[in-house]
Amino acid sequence: MSTVTAPPTTRARGITRKQHLSDRARAERRLAFWLVAPAAVVMLAVTAYPIIDAVILSLQRADLRFPNATKFIGLANYGHVLSAPVWWQDVFHTVIITVISVSIQLVLGMALALVMHRIIFGRGIVRAIALVPYGIVAVVAAESWQLAWSLQSGWIPKLLGLSGDPLSHTFGTYVAIIVTEVWKNTPFMALLLLAGLALVPDELQEAAKVDGATTWERFTKITLPLMKPAILVAVLFRTLDAFRIFDTIYIFNQGAQGTESISMLNYNTLLDRLNLGLGSAVSVLLFLLVALIAIFFIKVLGAGGAAPGTEAT
Amino acid sequence: MTHKRRETTGWSAAILVVAICSLVPVLWIIFLSLKTPATATDGSFIPHQWTLSNYSDIFSTGIFTDALRNSIGIGLISTVLAVGIASSAAYAIARLDFPGKQVILLVALGVAMFPQISLVGPLYNLWRQIGLYDTWPGLIIPYMTFALPLSIYVLSAFFREIPWELEEAAQVDGATPFQAFRKVIVPLATPGIVTTFIIVFIICWNDFVFAISLTSTSAAQTVPAAISSFPGVSQFSVPYGDIAAAAVVVTVPVMLLVLIFQRRIVSGLTAGAVKG
Repeated sequence: MSTVTAPPTTRARGITRKQHLSDRARAERRLAFWLVAPAAVVMLAVTAYPIIDAVILSLQRADLRFPNATKFIGLANYGHVLSAPVWWQDVFHTVIITVISVSIQLVLGMALALVMHRIIFGRGIVRAIALVPYGIVAVVAAESWQLAWSLQSGWIPKLLGLSGDPLSHTFGTYVAIIVTEVWKNTPFMALLLLAGLALVPDELQEAAKVDGATTWERFTKITLPLMKPAILVAVLFRTLDAFRIFDTIYIFNQGAQGTESISMLNYNTLLDRLNLGLGSAVSVLLFLLVALIAIFFIKVLGAGGAAPGTEAT
Repeated sequence: MTHKRRETTGWSAAILVVAICSLVPVLWIIFLSLKTPATATDGSFIPHQWTLSNYSDIFSTGIFTDALRNSIGIGLISTVLAVGIASSAAYAIARLDFPGKQVILLVALGVAMFPQISLVGPLYNLWRQIGLYDTWPGLIIPYMTFALPLSIYVLSAFFREIPWELEEAAQVDGATPFQAFRKVIVPLATPGIVTTFIIVFIICWNDFVFAISLTSTSAAQTVPAAISSFPGVSQFSVPYGDIAAAAVVVTVPVMLLVLIFQRRIVSGLTAGAVKG
């Protein structure tokens, strides 16, 4: 790196493709390719190769319990998955958990971001405390909440005066799982929103205040519209992450009590039942669903405007 | 009550609410780890009988100490590799003009959004065939890969802020290129690299999906995977105290890093996510 001292002029954006490239610019390109190549190769090799492998496996009857019965069966695995009630139930579970937990995270995250933005004293303390859930290992967070909700060990049933085990039925388990997800992820949501809040000019707020706008009006008419890109990016990130929910459910009950998510189904099919063909079909379908969500956010809602990279210079 | 005083009270209340919400689950797991086995299931928030025996328990069995060794080793190696590879890419992205810059950023974004569980089947299959199943490299490879996108974003955001002209200025003043790099650029780039290192280490330290799928024994099992499968004294007794103690031990180092470097982590995370 030390040898690269190209003067700023060659980096000016004025150079167009048509112009004859100077030797220096060509050398710069060559260097850039070599610098970027390792990252590009690693990312493509470790994601593209397996996903292609998953597509191939998903077209085969591949069951590790019967390794000699492997053969090409076309789209039959997809037919099996898509006609199985369990797939649609798991999609439903995943959507419920995603929508509810991300909505709550957005509201609480916004509140937390506003507190961190506006607070007049103790900002460092609030930020440090708010970062605690972010810093906790996901599995530990899930264990803590699971042990807190469980009738055997926990303090929550006692506090709420429950006689039965909240984790022995579906509703209680969903509440506990969503609380865990919200607790763990709200700080990150708040940090993303805080960065968006910083972009809202104070003068605009002051001007509206002078014009007699109430706090709520200023929030809905100025802050929210100006923060739309930041909100969309934050919600996109959190939605994609929530949709892949695995750790929390695994720790709580591995998908019992009607809480099996798509990732959990994927894991169970692959590693419990060792059915690589069916499991890979689930993997590919999950991959497509996640891609669809990302495309929806970027194309339809326009999150792309502020998505990482797109405005990179 | 004056306006000022009311405001102070309001903010104090807000701080209190935030503190209770984020700290109660942490206090709970700490308290649970300090309960004696006999009182672990009494359901009280604060222990009636205090003990450190859960900690001596987990450190006297190989399961936890092996997992801790694996977590630290795998986490550090993955982080060093990811930050190294990402630094060179981020330098090119921040400083050089080349076609395909957007492509590499899009690939990184795609990898960042990738559902990791989708890779578990193919990797499990492949690792078993080539002998990487239940080994350190078997986890280091996916960890490094999934840490790359965020590392590239965070580092290129940091690198863009560096006044690179200083390097030339130093050379004009008679420094050799290497001196200029080491004395001027390295100190300027260090904060960004340290921040990225911490963020990436937390990602690797946290992982559960790959750890539970691609390992099976103490040869490579990391702490999150080990905690989820702690054996009880019998099949029907859950070792609450041991789980809680192990949870506290893995949380402490990360928590210290987060609290010490909180300002930098916040700016790194938000720069990587929002500004790109």
